Amino acid sequence: MANNNILDPQKTLHEIEEKFEMFQILNEEGEIVNEEANPNLSDDELVELMSRMVYTRILDQRSISLNRQGRLGFYAPTAGQEASQLGSQFALEKEDWILPGYRDVPQIVWHGLPLEKAFLFSRGHFVGNQAPEGVNVLSPQIIIGAQYIQAAGVALGLKKRGTKGVAVTYTGDGGSSQGDFYEGINFAGAFKAPAIFFIQNNQYAISTPRELQTAATTLAQKGVAAGLPSVLVDGMDALAVYAVTKDARERALRGEGPTLIETMCYRYGPHTMAGDDPTRYRTSDIDSEWEKKDPLVRFRKYVEAKGLWSEEKENEVIERAKEEIKQAIKAADATPKQTVTQLMENMYKGDMPSNVKEQYEIYKEKESK
Amino acid sequence: MAQMTMIQAITDALRTELKNDENVLVFGEDVGVNGGVFRATDGLQKEFGVDRVFDTPLAESGIGGLAIGLSLTGYRPVPEIQFFGFVYEVMDSISGQLARMSYRSGGVYHAPVTIRSPFGGGVHTPEMHSDSLEGLMASQPGLTVVIPSTPYDAKGLLISSIRDDNPVIFLEHLKLYRSFREEVPEEAYTIPLGKADVKREGADLTIVAYGLMVHESLKAAEELEKDGHSVEVIDLRTIQPLDVETIIASVQKTGRAIVVQEAQKQAGIAANVVAEITERAILHLEAPVLRVAAPDTVYPFPQAEGVWLPNFKDVIETAKKVLEF
Repeated sequence: MANNNILDPQKTLHEIEEKFEMFQILNEEGEIVNEEANPNLSDDELVELMSRMVYTRILDQRSISLNRQGRLGFYAPTAGQEASQLGSQFALEKEDWILPGYRDVPQIVWHGLPLEKAFLFSRGHFVGNQAPEGVNVLSPQIIIGAQYIQAAGVALGLKKRGTKGVAVTYTGDGGSSQGDFYEGINFAGAFKAPAIFFIQNNQYAISTPRELQTAATTLAQKGVAAGLPSVLVDGMDALAVYAVTKDARERALRGEGPTLIETMCYRYGPHTMAGDDPTRYRTSDIDSEWEKKDPLVRFRKYVEAKGLWSEEKENEVIERAKEEIKQAIKAADATPKQTVTQLMENMYKGDMPSNVKEQYEIYKEKESK
Repeated sequence: MAQMTMIQAITDALRTELKNDENVLVFGEDVGVNGGVFRATDGLQKEFGVDRVFDTPLAESGIGGLAIGLSLTGYRPVPEIQFFGFVYEVMDSISGQLARMSYRSGGVYHAPVTIRSPFGGGVHTPEMHSDSLEGLMASQPGLTVVIPSTPYDAKGLLISSIRDDNPVIFLEHLKLYRSFREEVPEEAYTIPLGKADVKREGADLTIVAYGLMVHESLKAAEELEKDGHSVEVIDLRTIQPLDVETIIASVQKTGRAIVVQEAQKQAGIAANVVAEITERAILHLEAPVLRVAAPDTVYPFPQAEGVWLPNFKDVIETAKKVLEF
């Protein structure tokens, strides 16, 4: 008789999966449900984090609107992911590197990229991609997964330099199906490099639900394949995301290697503004279920209960956001148009190759007319 | 001066640059303690330590990402792809990322990365080891593609490649690794990228070649000489960018040209050379510019290499067509 116990799903699969419980600190009512893990941010820090989330929600609303007016180009909505995006960035230091995906513009803005540059990135202007000196960010990566293998390299570089910094990168649930996703975490693991890998699981890769990506019950457990400590976090809970990131960062700086973090979250808007219609693949029931989990609602309740937040304060942030967005769009409008010779100048450090040099002269002549 | 094979010259160049610049890092599959599957990195880990010369997991894409990330933190990576047929695994890192780093960041970041990789036929390798895929690389803006054919060139070009602040693909022909020795200076020296070398001067016909085909062309030139034809052989050395100046000057002198490559006719870079000559020197041409290239099939099964790969006889045949046009 065949031995039916060799591949026992209980032992080989379910026991592992059970270990990936959702880590949460703040529930939907804004109550601390895990006091032990509470990062105990100062009042100022709590206000700052709340302000950034409100600001970023407004940035999303305005970006969608500006996109519809044709005053922005490529835009991937972020509403719903504020806790995941900003809770994690809030735990970083200036020396840390961010390798963002295309939806991760807010993180690099809060890491130091001027808003006008973020808008220029959206429009498709190289000035938008010129990170200021000392702002350790790459431009949003369009090739899903590429940021993961590059993060392993940045992290190894930081380790070799003995820098007190980590490399942080983000992908989505769909991105966890890519080969570069696995290679990235596996390389970082093998080199014990100080990297933090985020999977922002917003349930859909364009129209494809998370269940169609993999039979794995969590995405966090994919870290097991690379030997990484991995954790599933409530991605609508800014405190939980912050606490986990902080912990991963400290581990990395102690030389203990990378971490994989799955943030369970949701995007309220479409995949991008380029014609995606989420009503084709999502019901309003699912939307309203996730709206109850809104990271702003619960964080607002939490800081209000502490007497740190009021409607007045929130309106102040909203007005500031709107004003700064207006100024940033103006600055973007005022940025000189790109020329072909500029594009050529940006291609190479040092001498241009002979073919480009020849074309450079041709375009210089054209541009002088 | 020392007599070196091409592989020794390559090791010597790597050693020179590891010594010269502490940011130079050599890594790849089995390049560390093993010294590389062809001994190209032999002894380097022992001499410079595991922090400078190290092995990686078996994943070409990851190696590409590693190189990009390391370059962002100020290193000068010299990764190896074990055989260039495996480049498909790392095409995005090379063409989609490395080649675009400076451009996409508006010149803020650069990628001083040199990717070394062996290729080339005639040694009966298994599948996907010998394919000539330089044409894929040559079509990617942002990349420089170097293919040496002699030990002397290999050392000088590799040092230049490593010192270049932009990504360079450095392709090493398997059959040329140990096929002959040549005097190679022991000190550091450079050969400019993008500069061809006239390996033999002649007046009646220009042969433009690179890689192993340089030697087949030289052999053909000797035979043609016996029939009274004076043949000039240009070794491109860098196939992107092309040294148009040297090619055109030669064609203006000889009035006839052929381009010789090991890659299939629909691949490689011979068509680019023909186009440049046609655009710039058509009034000097006595005959059309013909190509010597492999048939447009998949790279042959090892036992069929002898009938498939272009050799000096094909060069003679095509040269005669042009000479007698």
